[in-house]
Amino acid sequence: MSITLGHYLTLGAILFALSVIGIFLNRKNLIVLLMAIELMLLAVNMNFVAFSHYLGDLNGQIFVFFILTVAAAESAIGLAILVQLFRNKSSINVDELNTLKG
Amino acid sequence: MLFASFRVITARNPVHAALYLVLAFFQASGIWMLLKAEFLSIALVLVYVGAVMVLFLFVVMMLDINIDSIRQGFWKHFPLAATVGAVVALELAGVLLGGFRISEPQQQVAAQVIAPAAVTAVAPVDVASAAVDAASTVASAADVGHMVVAQASNTKALGVLLYTEYLYPVQVAALILLVGLIAAIALTLRARKDSKFQNAGDQVRVKARDRVELVKMDAVKPAPAAPAAEETQA
Repeated sequence: MSITLGHYLTLGAILFALSVIGIFLNRKNLIVLLMAIELMLLAVNMNFVAFSHYLGDLNGQIFVFFILTVAAAESAIGLAILVQLFRNKSSINVDELNTLKG
Repeated sequence: MLFASFRVITARNPVHAALYLVLAFFQASGIWMLLKAEFLSIALVLVYVGAVMVLFLFVVMMLDINIDSIRQGFWKHFPLAATVGAVVALELAGVLLGGFRISEPQQQVAAQVIAPAAVTAVAPVDVASAAVDAASTVASAADVGHMVVAQASNTKALGVLLYTEYLYPVQVAALILLVGLIAAIALTLRARKDSKFQNAGDQVRVKARDRVELVKMDAVKPAPAAPAAEETQA
């Protein structure tokens, strides 16, 4: 049985669905929320690389490169905000983040 | 890999979740290596496993979090999560199953668009071969990147494409990384109150009279004689 494009797309789809479930399941834990977002980006990258390979187009891999860049910056800033939040409120519970509410 | 990512979202301990995420990234890297994307595979390991996940683990371990309070409401959200997950999975399955059926007619339409142009150009006898030629030239012009792949390594091809066609996006990405760096430092840096530092402005502006103060006082002081007598009495 040869592995086709559909197998990789299915893998990416299942990963994406799992990370969406993870976001809704771990509503209280901000760290696991960020990890689920990383997993979601990984699923998208998986689709990009699979298409890039099967269509013989290298532009998809370039796009994955930029997604990796943005994801790294995003997670760094997110974790920095998380640390600052923990210093101020001593918790990372999403339900308690209502300080901005007027 | 699916098991690892499943454990990421269900692990009780955030540290375990992060380690399972590392496992998932390693497996994704292996799959990309099988897909002949060697540079991205290595970059995934270096960037994610090397930097981002270490950052995650560091933050997880630095913030001592009460695990039990986090786990409250885990099963309360489960029906909603299952519903949303099922909807997303169904939509993705619909796209996956229906998408290929849609894409095939589009390619045929494109071929039919190309064919009349070839018909007007050449004699009607060679319609079929001319259409094939036109299609092949369009295809070869479309995936120049594939030709580069065949000649050089993946990393070299990627670099050539990155620094010729995508030069401005590379610089924008560099700018994004710089902004991320500055933002992360600015958010987490806090000045300690007891730290000693030099104020360069004060040092430059200092005058001679700030350093040495001349005091006028008497040349001779009266000798203190009383304390010695008290000590001998005690």
